[in-house]
Amino acid sequence: MKARRADRLCLVLLFVLMIATTAASIRFGAIDFSSHDMATAVSGKLAGSNDLTLEQRIFIQLRVPRAILCLLVGACLGVGGTLMQALFRNPIVEPGLVGTSSGAAFGAALFYVFGALLKVNLGGWTLPVAACAGGVLSTYLVFALAHTKHEGRSSILRLLLTGLAINALFMSGIGFLSYVARDPQARSIIYWNLGTLSGADWNSVLVVGAATVFGLVPAVAYAKPLNALLIGEEEAVALGVNVGRLKWIVLTINVLMVAVATAFTGVISFVGLIVPHILRILRGPDNRFLILGSALLGGTLLSVADLIARVSLRPAELPIGIVTAVVGVPVFLSLLRSREYLS
Amino acid sequence: MLSASGLEFCASGRALIDGVTATFDPGRLHLIVGPNGAGKSTLVKLLTRLLRPHSGMVEYDGSDISSWSERQLARRRAVLSQAVEVAFSMPVRELVMMGRYPHFGARPGAGDLHICEEVMRFFEVEVMADRDYGTLSGGEKQRVQFARVLAQIWRPIEGSARYLFLDEPLTFLDIRHQIDFMNKVRSFASHPDVVVVGVVHDLSLAARFSDRLLLLHEGRILADGSPAEVLREEYLRTAFQVCPVLLTNPDTGEQHVVFESAELDVGP
Repeated sequence: MKARRADRLCLVLLFVLMIATTAASIRFGAIDFSSHDMATAVSGKLAGSNDLTLEQRIFIQLRVPRAILCLLVGACLGVGGTLMQALFRNPIVEPGLVGTSSGAAFGAALFYVFGALLKVNLGGWTLPVAACAGGVLSTYLVFALAHTKHEGRSSILRLLLTGLAINALFMSGIGFLSYVARDPQARSIIYWNLGTLSGADWNSVLVVGAATVFGLVPAVAYAKPLNALLIGEEEAVALGVNVGRLKWIVLTINVLMVAVATAFTGVISFVGLIVPHILRILRGPDNRFLILGSALLGGTLLSVADLIARVSLRPAELPIGIVTAVVGVPVFLSLLRSREYLS
Repeated sequence: MLSASGLEFCASGRALIDGVTATFDPGRLHLIVGPNGAGKSTLVKLLTRLLRPHSGMVEYDGSDISSWSERQLARRRAVLSQAVEVAFSMPVRELVMMGRYPHFGARPGAGDLHICEEVMRFFEVEVMADRDYGTLSGGEKQRVQFARVLAQIWRPIEGSARYLFLDEPLTFLDIRHQIDFMNKVRSFASHPDVVVVGVVHDLSLAARFSDRLLLLHEGRILADGSPAEVLREEYLRTAFQVCPVLLTNPDTGEQHVVFESAELDVGP
């Protein structure tokens, strides 16, 4: 079909765009690298050389993993947003809706305030583990509270409202913790809630990479039943979709991707909301296209935002959450106005 | 053949369906009528397994559907409900193709594409195939939805009947489109392997198009038979609590039901 070929072309273009932004993102930053610097750093590392210069080590150990982490986290948030909007059949939904990101933020806040008292020390892993556990537990809490014996038409709506309520609760918990915390901790909590990729290393790339793969593969496999859900829960059942099972699978994929991504970067708002909308404005609501497209565009957008965060105040950095909103909102608003979308 | 036996369904402690037993034969058009709250939609949902009964059983071709897989069921039965809300709009062609979802894996085959073209022609929506669903009028939307639903069971299935359910499909159609729609349903119902069960509000329309009528009242079947057998004054009084006037068109012999404006005095 013609439409499918255009979708494929669009995915190829998104992929090219993603590669181009990644190239820019590894090149520029607090220090700019020439292509020659980059080539010698990579070939030196590959040759197993131990006497890399400081600049070369910065490139290999900080710059490259950070660029890759950007792609992975952006993909997780973009796909999470697409899945949630399809599942809730609602355009204002973002991936953190079912309590995942506010729970993760609460877990991180607990770590900042009480982390020093912990008997178990996981080193650099303590914060991500605390955040991820917070995200998973709060999502589980939302599921448990929203679950009733009568699974009917309203079950998804109940989940959505329970998510809103639990989010409000965790936000007030975070507010309380940052209020009682002393200054460096209080600032850390606020900073974490705006997101940053400055902690990126190869370990975080591996973990978020695994979450991306294990989330994206089943998400693509469930694109067709999610399409059926576009015309309603009952209609999807009539079309042979096991909606109850679909709901749990999709929510599990979303928690995996969003909790793990958020654990390493803090709360990055807006990417998960706008990426699916931008793609839907361009190509319509077919989830078979949207899921792959949002992985590519989410990564691209986050790379651009991170590049801006790194170079605009260099050598200092902006929190990335500020950039995603400042850059994303105008693009999003102009697209909304230019098309007959949501009509 | 579709058979329901001893169906019961309650919600919030109230019996919505209270012991319904009926069989529905292929090649005939069955319409369910009754007042608001009689349990018409609930009955259709039980017959299609969109709801599961608290007791009783629904059988398609003599086989209990409670253990069928979602997909197995979706290849044999299709359901048109009264208003389908599409969360994010899409081209008409893609919406109609959704009817083929139970029949293909990742990608539609040539046969699926062909069936979509055929149903779109049947419902005269092929001219709007590439238009956005959100830009259509209410009547056009309903025709597109019906095309989607029929695409699901357009081709006969070996060794099995096909089941079509219509839950108040006429709600958003004007009178010309109501008649047109019912004619299309009739022509589809004339296939010897097709069982059609529908819910409609308009008794005159029901009388004119159905082979068999079921009058539902308080979750039970009050009357069941040909339109002439069911549309009788005493049944209609009991079910609708108003005084019916039964008229026959002298030219065509068609039956019409109108109601007196006075409310029936049902006593203390």
